[in-house]
Amino acid sequence: MAGLTNTLAGLDPLFLNGVTLEVLIIVLVKVVISFGVLLVSVMLMVWFERKLVSDMQNRIGPNRAGPWGILQTLADGIKLFFKEDLQPDSSDPFVFKLAPYLSLIPAFLTFAIIPIGGNFSDPSDPSKTGIITLPDWLGGESTYLQLADPPVGVLLFLAMSSIAVYGVMLAGWASGSKYPLLGSVRASAQMVSYEAALGLSLATIFLQSRSLSTHDIVADQAGAGWLGIIPHWNVIVTGFVPFVVFLIAATAELNRPPFDLVEAEQELVGGFHTEYSSIRFAMFFLAEFMNTVTLSAIMVTLFFGGPAGPILWDGVAWLWPILWFLLKLFVFLFTFVWFRATLPRFRYDQLMDLGWKVLIPISLGWFLFLAGRNVVDDRWPNTNGSLFSVEVLILLGITIAILTVGALLLYSAIRNAAEKRELEEVTF
Amino acid sequence: MGYLQGFAVTFKKLTEDRVTTEYPEQKRPKADRLHGRHVLNRYEDGMEKCIGCELCAGVCPANCIYVRGKDNPDGDPVSPGERYGFIYEINYLRCIHCDMCVEACPTEAITESKLFEFSFTNRADAIYTKNELLVDDDGMPQHLPWEDWRPGEDEMTSGWMRATASSGNAAYEGKVAWSGELGYGVRAPEIGQSQDAPPADTSDSGAH
Repeated sequence: MAGLTNTLAGLDPLFLNGVTLEVLIIVLVKVVISFGVLLVSVMLMVWFERKLVSDMQNRIGPNRAGPWGILQTLADGIKLFFKEDLQPDSSDPFVFKLAPYLSLIPAFLTFAIIPIGGNFSDPSDPSKTGIITLPDWLGGESTYLQLADPPVGVLLFLAMSSIAVYGVMLAGWASGSKYPLLGSVRASAQMVSYEAALGLSLATIFLQSRSLSTHDIVADQAGAGWLGIIPHWNVIVTGFVPFVVFLIAATAELNRPPFDLVEAEQELVGGFHTEYSSIRFAMFFLAEFMNTVTLSAIMVTLFFGGPAGPILWDGVAWLWPILWFLLKLFVFLFTFVWFRATLPRFRYDQLMDLGWKVLIPISLGWFLFLAGRNVVDDRWPNTNGSLFSVEVLILLGITIAILTVGALLLYSAIRNAAEKRELEEVTF
Repeated sequence: MGYLQGFAVTFKKLTEDRVTTEYPEQKRPKADRLHGRHVLNRYEDGMEKCIGCELCAGVCPANCIYVRGKDNPDGDPVSPGERYGFIYEINYLRCIHCDMCVEACPTEAITESKLFEFSFTNRADAIYTKNELLVDDDGMPQHLPWEDWRPGEDEMTSGWMRATASSGNAAYEGKVAWSGELGYGVRAPEIGQSQDAPPADTSDSGAH
C-alpha cells in the first residue's frame, strides 16, 4: 500500500497524504468536469467550425437552433441518436460494433494528461508550479488542474493516437463494403506514416524538457524568459521547425483537411464510416472533433507553455491560467478550421511524399541537431547555451555536414526510384 | 510563398458581406418569366379564356394536365366561344414547368405565375383543380393555404409575358399581341427587349 501511495504521490500532490474518501471525491469531480468540458467543447467546436467555414465562404451558416445557431450540434446529435441503427449484412458484427469505441475512448483518455490551469509563472516558488489549493471549506487539498499526470505522459498520447488508428481501420474493414475498406487502407497508411514525424518532433521536446510528464514539460517552459514577454516556450527553444512538423503531422493524424482523404466524400462516399449510422456514426463524429480539441490542447501544452500567461488581476488568480489556456486552444482550433477553408485535399501520393520524403527527414535531422546541442551543453556547460561559442559552431558544422550527406543520400534515392519507375514505365 | 496567399484570401472573406440570404424570412426578387404554377386567366368582362380545346393536355410531356371541354350553357356562357373548360386539373407532382402548355394555348387562357413555393402534404392538394387555378375577381391568382408567397409575388402572371418572351418573334416587339385581361385591361407593349439587352457575357458562360 505504501508503494502504491508513493507512486500516486509522484503523479499529483493530491495523493501525498494517502487516498481518503475526500481525495476520491475530488478525483471523481475532476473526471466528470473534464468529461463534460470535452463534450461541451466538441459541441462548440462543431458549431464554430461550421460557422467559421461559412464566414470564409461568404455564407451565413447554421443560425436556426439557439442564438447564432449555437445549439445546432445539439440538434444534430439528438437527431442522430434517434436514427435507425443499421448494420450491413456483410459486416463483421462484433468488430463493427467495437470500432466506434476504439475511436472514442482514446479520444477521451488523451485529454486526461492536459494541464488546463494552475499558476506556472515561477519555477523557483513551489506554490507557483501549477498546484491549486482548494479553499478550506472544500477541504483544503492541493492538486494539479489536470486529471492525471502519469510519468509516461506524452507517450500516453502517442499510444492513444495509435489505438485510434485501429478504430478507423477496423471500422472500414468490418463494414464489409468497398469504399470503407479503401478509406481504412488509406487511413492506416496515412496515420502510421505521419505518426513517425509526429513522434520525432515530440522527441525534441523530451530532449529539451528532459521529461515525458506533461506537467513537467509545462513547468519547464515557465519563467520570465526572453525580454520578459515571451517565456521560453518550446516552440522557440526547439527552433520552430518541430512545431511546424508537429502541426502538419497532427492535421494528418486527425484526418482533417487537407489530409482528409480517409473520408474524402467525393471519392469514397464517406470513407470508413460510410456504413455507419445513428449513434455509432455520432461516436466517430464525436471522436474526430474531440481529437481535434485534444491535439490542439497537446500542442498548447508542449509548445506554447500550456496555461502559462501573465496574471493580470490577483482577485481571481486561479482563473487567468485557464483563460490563457483556452485562448491558446482557440487559436489552434481556428487554425485547423482555417486550413479546412483554404487548402484543397492532397492526392494520396502527394500525402505519402510529404510524409516520408519531407517531414520525417526534416524532423529526424532537427532531432539530431538538437541532440548535438544538448551534447555540447553537457560537455561544455560554460557555453550556457549561447549560439556563438566555438564549440557550438564546430557542432553546427558537423551537424550540417551530416545533414547534407543525409539529404544527398535521400535525394539520390528519390532520383533513383524515379528513374526505375520510368524504366518500368510506371506512370502516376 | 505561394502557399500562404490562400490563407490571406480566406481570412479576408471573414469581413465581406454574405452572398446568401436567410431564405424563408428574406426572399430575392424572382425573374419576371420564372416558370411557377399555372393560372387560368379571364377576360376583362370576367369570362373564362379557356375553351376546353385540350391542346395543353395534348402537348404536355409529363401528362400532368387533364381537361374536359363542354358546350357553353345557353344564356349563361362561361367562355366567349362555343365551349368551355368544364374540368381542368394539373398534377403538380408531375408538372415539370416546361411552359409548353402556355405556348400551345390559343387563347392565352393558361399562363404560368412566379409562384413555386408550395408545401402540400397530400396528393389531393397537389392536384390543382379548376377552382384553384382560376384567377379571382380581381384577376389575381388565388392564395392557397399551402402556398408561401409575399405581397407582389403574384403579379405579372398573365399572357403578355409569352408574347414578348425572348424566344418569341422579334417582329412583335412594341406591338400589342395579346388580349385584355381581368384586373389589368390590355397591357402596354413591352419594348426594347432586343435593343436594350446587354451584350451577352461569354466570359464565364461555362460555369453554369
